[in-house]
Amino acid sequence: MTTNGNGSTQGNGLKWVGKRTIRPDGVDKVTGRAQFGADFTLPGMIVGQVLRSPHAHANIRSIKTDKAEALPGVKAVVTSADFPELPSTFEAAGEVMLNFRDMSCNVLARKKVLYHGHAVAAVAATSVAVADQALALIEVDYEILPHVIDVIEAMAPDAPLLHDDMFTIGVEPTPDKPSNIAKRVEYGLGDIEAGFKAADVVVEREFTTKAVHQGYIEPHAAVATASEDGQCHIWCSTQGQFVVRAYVSKLLGLEISQLRVTPSEIGGGFGGKTVVYLEPLALALSLKCHRPVKMVMSREEVFQASGPTSGAHVWVKVGATKDGRITAAEAVLKYQAGAVQGSPIMPGCMCAFAPYDLENVKVVGFDVVSNRPKVAAYRAPGAPISEFGVECVIDEVANKIGMDAIAFREKNAAREGTHAAYGPRFGPVGYTETLRVAKEHPHYHAPLGPNQGRGVASGFWFNIGGDSSAALHINEDGTATVISGCPDIGGSRASLVIMAAEILGIDVDRVRPIIADTSSIGYSFLTGGSRVTFATGMAVIQAAEDVVRQLRERAAMIWEIDVEAVVWENGEARPSGSNAGEFDPLSLGDIAAKAGKTGGPINGHASLNAQGAGPAFGTHICDVEVDKETGRVTVLRYTAVQDAGKAIHPSYVEGQIQGGAVQGIGWALNEEYIYDEKGRLENAGFLDYRIPVASDMPMIDAVIVEVPNPKHPFGVRGVGEVPLCPPMAAVANAVAAATGLRMADLPISPPKLLEAIDNGL
Amino acid sequence: MVKTHVTMTVNGEAAELLCDTRATLLDVLRDELDLTGSKEGCSSGDCGACSVMLDDRLVCSCLVLGAEAEGCAIETIEGMADDDRLHPLQQTFLEEAALQCGICTPGFLVAAKALLDRHPDPTETEVRYWLAGNLCRCTGYDKIVRAVMLTAADMRGEPR
Repeated sequence: MTTNGNGSTQGNGLKWVGKRTIRPDGVDKVTGRAQFGADFTLPGMIVGQVLRSPHAHANIRSIKTDKAEALPGVKAVVTSADFPELPSTFEAAGEVMLNFRDMSCNVLARKKVLYHGHAVAAVAATSVAVADQALALIEVDYEILPHVIDVIEAMAPDAPLLHDDMFTIGVEPTPDKPSNIAKRVEYGLGDIEAGFKAADVVVEREFTTKAVHQGYIEPHAAVATASEDGQCHIWCSTQGQFVVRAYVSKLLGLEISQLRVTPSEIGGGFGGKTVVYLEPLALALSLKCHRPVKMVMSREEVFQASGPTSGAHVWVKVGATKDGRITAAEAVLKYQAGAVQGSPIMPGCMCAFAPYDLENVKVVGFDVVSNRPKVAAYRAPGAPISEFGVECVIDEVANKIGMDAIAFREKNAAREGTHAAYGPRFGPVGYTETLRVAKEHPHYHAPLGPNQGRGVASGFWFNIGGDSSAALHINEDGTATVISGCPDIGGSRASLVIMAAEILGIDVDRVRPIIADTSSIGYSFLTGGSRVTFATGMAVIQAAEDVVRQLRERAAMIWEIDVEAVVWENGEARPSGSNAGEFDPLSLGDIAAKAGKTGGPINGHASLNAQGAGPAFGTHICDVEVDKETGRVTVLRYTAVQDAGKAIHPSYVEGQIQGGAVQGIGWALNEEYIYDEKGRLENAGFLDYRIPVASDMPMIDAVIVEVPNPKHPFGVRGVGEVPLCPPMAAVANAVAAATGLRMADLPISPPKLLEAIDNGL
Repeated sequence: MVKTHVTMTVNGEAAELLCDTRATLLDVLRDELDLTGSKEGCSSGDCGACSVMLDDRLVCSCLVLGAEAEGCAIETIEGMADDDRLHPLQQTFLEEAALQCGICTPGFLVAAKALLDRHPDPTETEVRYWLAGNLCRCTGYDKIVRAVMLTAADMRGEPR
C-alpha cells in the first residue's frame, strides 16, 4: 500500500495520522528564534577553548599549564589529571557498546595522543582571544611515535601499536601479543562450502570505503555551570540529554542527581551527537572556576575530532544457481574504529546479508584501531559499508546469470519467517513490497541516453526501541502539552503531537510539545536508531490513553454512572448507549474546566521499554551520466522506495529518505577523509570535504510503502537510517552500467574514475 | 584591544556599537546585537548558514568584518517576517516541510529571498545554482528547491 498524493490514508478512521500538518516548532525555525547549541548564554559566562594534538601519535611526556594559568583573564585550565581514571568496562548503550575508560581518553588524552586533533587540555577565559593566547602558553612535551592510518596496515603484525594492552577479543585462544585488532566477530548459518559447491556462478570482490563525516551543519556546542554546592547544569546540542547526563557524570565522578542537562535545538546529528566531547570539558572547567563556561567547536575541530564513521576494507563472495537462487554468501569486513575500539562492526556484519533469505551464509568482522578520530554512529552505523559491498556483488551475480537486478533480489528476498543470519526470524517485513514498487515505478522503465546507466540497490536496518518516557498534561481550557525526552532532530515533535491528538480526538493545533530536560521527564534513551516515532511515540500514545481513562472516570463521576458506561469518541465523553443514561457529551474542555471538582488536575504518564521495533528495508534506483573526459559522475534521476510501516507525517518520512539518499550519494562520489604522510587530516573544512550541494542533485523521488509493524499501535517502524544503506551501491551499479567498469573503491571521484576509464576502455 | 565605532541599520533599526576590529559581522550580529538567527557553521564562507543582506547584496556574514558594515543596511532572518505575517517563503517552507533540523533554514531563506527579489521566475536549475552556497545535510535539497519554486509561482500570482 502506498500513500496517496497528499499522504493521508483514506478510510482507515484516522483523523491526524498520515496528515501533513505544520510542525509545532516550525515558526521558531523559519524566523531565527529557535535556540541551537551556540545560541545559549548565561550571565557571567566565559568561554572555553581546546588545545589539540598536532601529531597523529605521540607520548605525552609532560604538560605544563602554569604560564597559561597565570595569564590575566584565564579562569581555569584542565587536563586529564582533572578526570578520574576509569576501569575498562563495556556497557550497552542502544546501538553500540561503550567503554568509559576509552571515552575518557578520547575526551582528553591521557599519557598518549592518538590522532591529529586529539584534545590535550582545555582553558576557560574571559574571551576567545585570551583563551587562544592561553592555549599557546601550554607546554606539551611530545615524543612522536610512528603512526598508522590505513586499516589493513594497522592489522599487520609489525604495525605501530596504539594500545599495548589490547588483545584481540573473539579469537581462541586469546593472542598473547597485543595488536590493533580489538575484536573479531562472526555470524553465520548453514554450510558455506557446500553452498558454494552448489553454485553455477560465483562472484568475489574486494571493496574499500573511506571514513566519512556525518556533516551536520551545526558544530558541537555546550554551556556548563557548576555551583559551589556541586549542583551542575549543562545546556548542549545533543541527540540525548540523558546520555549526556550519564556519560558526563561517569567521566567526572558525579552522582547523576548532581547534573541536569537541557538539550538545545539540534542542528543535525545523524548519530554524531550521541557521544560527548565538549560537555565534560566545559563542566570540568566550571567545576574549577564556578563560572558558566561556553564551548563551541570550529568546523575544523568538528572534522578533526568528532565522529566520522569507519573507513573499511570489505570482501564479499556470493554464489548462485543459473536460475537465480543464491546458494552461499560470505563476507569479511575490516572496520576502522578510530583511536579506540568500538567500530560498528557488529551491526555491519549483522546487516550485510539481512535482505536475503539464505541457507548458507558467513560473515566475519574485525574491529581495528588506527590513528584517526574515534568513530561515532552515522545513520545505520556499520550497515551502509557492508551493504555497499554486498549490493554491488548481488548486481554482478544478477548480470552474470542474465537476470534483472530486481527480479534476482525478489527471488532471494527476506520475507516474513525468513531466518536472518544474525539470529531472529523476521515478522511481517516489507522488502518484497519495496522491490515490487521499484520494479513498477516509471523510473525503472525510462529510456537512458549514451554514457548513462541505471543502478539498483537495497538496504536494511533493524530499527530499535528502548527506554522512553512521556507525560501529557491537560490544561484548564482543554488544550494539552506533550512532554518527552528525545531531542527533535527532524520533525519528531510533529509526529508526537499527531499521535497524541489522534488518541485524544482533538485538533492537533491544541496539542503543544515540549522536549524536557533530564530533571523534568523520566529517563529517555537518545534520539537515534530510528526509535523516537516508534518508542517515544508509543510512550506518548500510552500517556494519552492514560489521560483518556481519567477523562472517562471524570465524566462518569459527573454523570454519576459507571466508568464502563462511558466511551471517549472524537474528543468527547459520551454514554456508551441508551442503557447508560441520557447525557449531553462532555468535551475535553468541559471536563478540564471541572477537573478541580472531580479529583484535581488531569495528567497522563507513561514510561516503557519499547519492544518489537520493526525492521525496515528500502530499494533505490539511480541513473547516472558519466563524463568520460573528466570522470565526473552526474546523478540524473533518483528514486528511493522504503517501507515505513506507517508514515505518521509523510513529509518528514520523505525528508528522511531524501536526506539519507543524498548523504549516500556524497559518500559514493565525493566524501573522504584525506591524511598526509604525517597522519594529519588535510581536508578539515567544507571546501575540501565536499558534501553534496543543491546544484549537484536532482529531485529525490521518495516513495513510501506501508507494511505495518504489528507491535506499534499505528504500525510505525522508523525511517531515519535505512535510506543511507542503498545509495553507494546504487550509484556504483549505475556507474558500472554506464561504463562497464566496477568501481570498488569509494569515493568514485573524477580522478579515480578517469584513471579507470583510461585504463579500462 | 582596539575597538572601532560602528553605526549601521539592522532590519530597519539603527544600531551603534564598539566593534572589536577582528570581529566578523556575524560575531557582531550574534554577540553584540543578540540576533542569533544567523548561524555559524564553518566561519569560512562554505556553508551559507550566516547569509545576510548587506546593502542588498547577499553575503556570508562570517566573511565580512563588523567594522566593514559601517554605514550599511543589514537584513537578517529576524527581519524577514512582516510583523506577525510570515514572508511567503517562510510560510511555504513550513507547509512543504522544507526544513528538518532547521540550522541551515535562516541562511536558505535569506538567500532564497535574495533570488526571488531579483529573479521572480527562476528555473529549477537556477534555484539549485543560486542556493549552491548554502549547505543542508538533512533534506537532500528536494523540498527546499520545491518550496522556493512554489513560492516564486505564488508570488507571481499563478494558481497552484
